[in-house]
Amino acid sequence: MHLKIKHFVIFITIISFISCKQKNSDLTKIKGKQIPIDSKHVEKVSIEEFVSPYRKRINEVLDSTLAYAPNTISKTDGEFNTTAGNLMADIVLSEANPIFKSRTGKEIDFVLLNHGGIRSIISAGKVSARNAFEVMPFENNIVVAEVKGTDVEDMIVFLIKSGRAHPIAGLQIVLDKNKKLRYAKINGRTVHPEKTYYVATSDYLVSGGDNMGFFNNNTSVTDTDYLIRNAMIDYFKKVDTLAPKVDNRFFMN
Amino acid sequence: MDRRKFIRKTTATGAFVGLGGLSLQSCIGETKKHLTILHTNDVHSHIDAFPKSHSNFPNLGGLARRATLVDAIRQENPNTLLFDAGDIFQGTPYFNFYGGELEFKLMSMLKYDAATIGNHDFDNGLDGLYAQLPHASFELLSANYDFSNTIMNGHVKPYNIYLVNGLKIGVYGLGIGLEGLVTKKLYKETQYLDPFEIATDIETKLKEEEYCDLVICLSHLGYHYKDTERPDDLKLAKKTKYTDLIIGGHTHTFLDKPTVTKNGNGTNILVNQVGCFGINLGRIDFYFESGKSKQSTGTSIIV
Repeated sequence: MHLKIKHFVIFITIISFISCKQKNSDLTKIKGKQIPIDSKHVEKVSIEEFVSPYRKRINEVLDSTLAYAPNTISKTDGEFNTTAGNLMADIVLSEANPIFKSRTGKEIDFVLLNHGGIRSIISAGKVSARNAFEVMPFENNIVVAEVKGTDVEDMIVFLIKSGRAHPIAGLQIVLDKNKKLRYAKINGRTVHPEKTYYVATSDYLVSGGDNMGFFNNNTSVTDTDYLIRNAMIDYFKKVDTLAPKVDNRFFMN
Repeated sequence: MDRRKFIRKTTATGAFVGLGGLSLQSCIGETKKHLTILHTNDVHSHIDAFPKSHSNFPNLGGLARRATLVDAIRQENPNTLLFDAGDIFQGTPYFNFYGGELEFKLMSMLKYDAATIGNHDFDNGLDGLYAQLPHASFELLSANYDFSNTIMNGHVKPYNIYLVNGLKIGVYGLGIGLEGLVTKKLYKETQYLDPFEIATDIETKLKEEEYCDLVICLSHLGYHYKDTERPDDLKLAKKTKYTDLIIGGHTHTFLDKPTVTKNGNGTNILVNQVGCFGINLGRIDFYFESGKSKQSTGTSIIV
């Protein structure tokens, strides 16, 4: 008799455990919302204290004066070339050429960047590394593409058509009154379709950014492993005054 | 009946009552469970709040404020998990200077449970990401990046299961296609696998083999693209059968409220994303009940 009861106990127990498992945790209700992080939420002191020394160090580095700009440097102060564009392209040429030459024995022929890549003005006054971060927040390296003369011709057609002052250096484009090409020169010489040219640009553009398709045909790409922003900071450290001019590298005559 | 028999009989009956009582207790005593899921995405190294003069996000965001809010919610419900859907890195000088060290340390201080890997988390290369791993006390989850031929091998799990108040919460990660988005030099031999195939495999495993009570996906695919061939969270939702919530990122999508849509079985599934830069914290509360299974009328969703 008592044996049967034991069986019954075990049976019941198993049943109740199983049914419990099955019944367990039915999802009955979901509530979803978004909470804005605003000044209603007080800053947690321990987090603030942890971040503070990092912030202080960054501000010291970013805000120490490296150079002086007598006038505001902008990418909208010229039709075909601008002070900001010229500064950027000239910096890429002067800072990257020694690296490229030491690695390959070759010289950079010219520079092409994109107008959209200049993200801020440099206000008149003290210039710091913070300006370089504002102008160039992206982690873009300077690369040098080996491009055929025929592709350089396409590049020139693109620049004339684009209607934007894409930064250039080492290349001169002169238009007639109807905005048709009068002549283009690289370091004072006419573009030769069969010659290859070494064009410094950003890794973003060489990998197809901003629809600069002529970079697709390049025969080689050399990465300088040098950030455009770091080239800017190094240049700011070398010079006292930043006074780029709108000049005749790309103009209508 | 002799005395011995009587005692054995009563013991057995006692055991029955006792066990019955115990099992009833384990069912009824914990009938209601409440789980809170908190989430961020695309914080992009925004540790400080935006200045009051900022044209888009004046005086918004800030990690120290988020910490206070998360603490308050944990106090209210200790059964809380905190996740991030990727692009932790890149966007302020904190990343340029310290390479993500501060971001990982602070997320650990906030007790994040897991994050998935966004495209910008490759910005200092695999080596750069690997170098910051010692600063992360949370899991990196990605089911569709195969890191086996990289330095990250063994440091990223496809999914993780969290046991919270007796509930099993299965969480898996999904990453976006890297080709054309991230320079090859940065992601090296990382293999991108079809996110939909991987998601359905993993969610099935989490539900049918691991018996998870809830399945959550941390996705950096992006909320929605018109291109029908391009994987996104809304397309993913339609393919899944067991995923309850997709926490998204990448497209910096600000939603008025979490999206409720249908999964592959025609059941409701939530897709949420909270913009970017730590401007918002997402909060999804899940309420579970046991004991009323037979009359269960499904899940009510309040958004």
